[in-house]
Amino acid sequence: MCADPSTLEGLNWWLCYLTTVKHMNLYTSVFTVLLLLAIVTPCILALGFGGAVAKRSALMPVRWVGMGYTSMVRGVPDIVFFMFVPIALDQVFEMIRHKVLCSDVTDPIWQGNDFVVCDIAKLPLNAAPQWQHDAYGFILAVIAFAIVFGAFAANVIDGALKAVPKGQLEAGEAVGMTKRQIFTRIHAPQMWRYALPGLSNLWMILLKATPLLFLLGIEDVVYWARELGGAKTSRFAYPHTDWRLGYFLALLVFYLFLTWISEKVFDRLKLRFGAGVAI
Amino acid sequence: MTNMKSFLGALALGVFAAGAVSAAGHSVRMGTEGAYPPYNFINDAGQVDGFEREVGDELCKRAALECTWVTNEWDSIIPNLVSGNYDTIIAGMSITDERDKVIDFTQEYYPPDPSAYVALAGADVDFNGGVIAAQASTIQASYIAESGAMLVEFTSPDDTIAAVKNGEADAVLADRGFLADIVKDSGGELVFTGPDVAIGGGVGIGVRESDGELKGKLDAAISSMKADGTLNALIAKWFDGKVTNY
Repeated sequence: MCADPSTLEGLNWWLCYLTTVKHMNLYTSVFTVLLLLAIVTPCILALGFGGAVAKRSALMPVRWVGMGYTSMVRGVPDIVFFMFVPIALDQVFEMIRHKVLCSDVTDPIWQGNDFVVCDIAKLPLNAAPQWQHDAYGFILAVIAFAIVFGAFAANVIDGALKAVPKGQLEAGEAVGMTKRQIFTRIHAPQMWRYALPGLSNLWMILLKATPLLFLLGIEDVVYWARELGGAKTSRFAYPHTDWRLGYFLALLVFYLFLTWISEKVFDRLKLRFGAGVAI
Repeated sequence: MTNMKSFLGALALGVFAAGAVSAAGHSVRMGTEGAYPPYNFINDAGQVDGFEREVGDELCKRAALECTWVTNEWDSIIPNLVSGNYDTIIAGMSITDERDKVIDFTQEYYPPDPSAYVALAGADVDFNGGVIAAQASTIQASYIAESGAMLVEFTSPDDTIAAVKNGEADAVLADRGFLADIVKDSGGELVFTGPDVAIGGGVGIGVRESDGELKGKLDAAISSMKADGTLNALIAKWFDGKVTNY
């Protein structure tokens, strides 16, 4: 039916238009966003927890690492970080590979403006299929997101650990628990209740930051909405005027839906972590 | 701590294992914008299409290169070439001295094309004092900045046209080849207006300065396409019968 779009009209035109490969790319990019969230959230919590524990460590160097991490990362604009981290990581990886795999090449890696490593040191290889390039970009994006949001999470969790009433910890000591037992059985479980409001804020910000993926060359929903919505001349199979407003409205609904679901989930978590607490 | 170690280990393994596959033939990644019809655009099948796609594929065939196509925002198209994310820029990029300082260009595959103004039909445009739209980091943007007109820049070519339609800018300055389609399709809403502006050289393929070998191969392939008339034919096909004499 969709073989010759110029003969289509009305409903059929719409059916064919909304099922072009390009539109399929838009629909699958929704899963890219969800996949990123699913992978990056545990990483953020792990980094956040690690950062908070480091900040409270009794060892000075460890404390410095925790402090340095949270204050430095939080102080740099996100957008700068998202541009810097993936490029820097990529070049570091390629440099190491160049040193290991092409030790016989004597040309410098930096030649004027150019960053040149030997062909087999490229990551991914030039000849690699596009999905490998996409996956690699995605991994770099996950790392960048985890580092940035982990720093904020570390501060939230650090604050939450401080908010647990002293009496609770002292009670643990009184019954003869070790430091470790107090932390894992009393301090950490009670911390979540205080961390939740901050973490839910962070989650909402993360949701809205996902379009930054495009900066890293990953085609997310916002990229495809912009690309599909732009005016199309008769060069295209489905010419239309500027429809970005329509596409962006659909995006609005998508993000509002995500926010709505998130709030439901956080409400449940609040009940769960608050169970048995007298307010 | 063990978890962290195994994570780093897995990461390192991933980083190095990818080197095990050896490259077959010489593969080249062709970088383009994908938003500048008829030079280059993403068609409804999600593939890079247009004049430059056809030229590029033919060049790769003649130079015996295996080419894959990638798109990149115009704004960062040069930095990403230089850092090695792809190997060529084939995106309607005019050869200018300023760009030549950072990257190298092959010989031109499209002749110097005068830039033109497009405005709403019946609008009275002041070319030296009005508000003119252009895409950022283009030769047109630098021209307007020096002309005394008020420049409004946009990241995509699409946005510059939208700005004229909704009255944000009085006119847009861009390559005639890009504007021709839009004027034709607008049904009289948009018209060419004012003088043509001759800026920029021809359009060439951008390559890294350190990549002389690739530049040589592409130059030879372009020469051969010029010699047998295939380039003239492709230009006529994509640019409304435009006559060139390569």
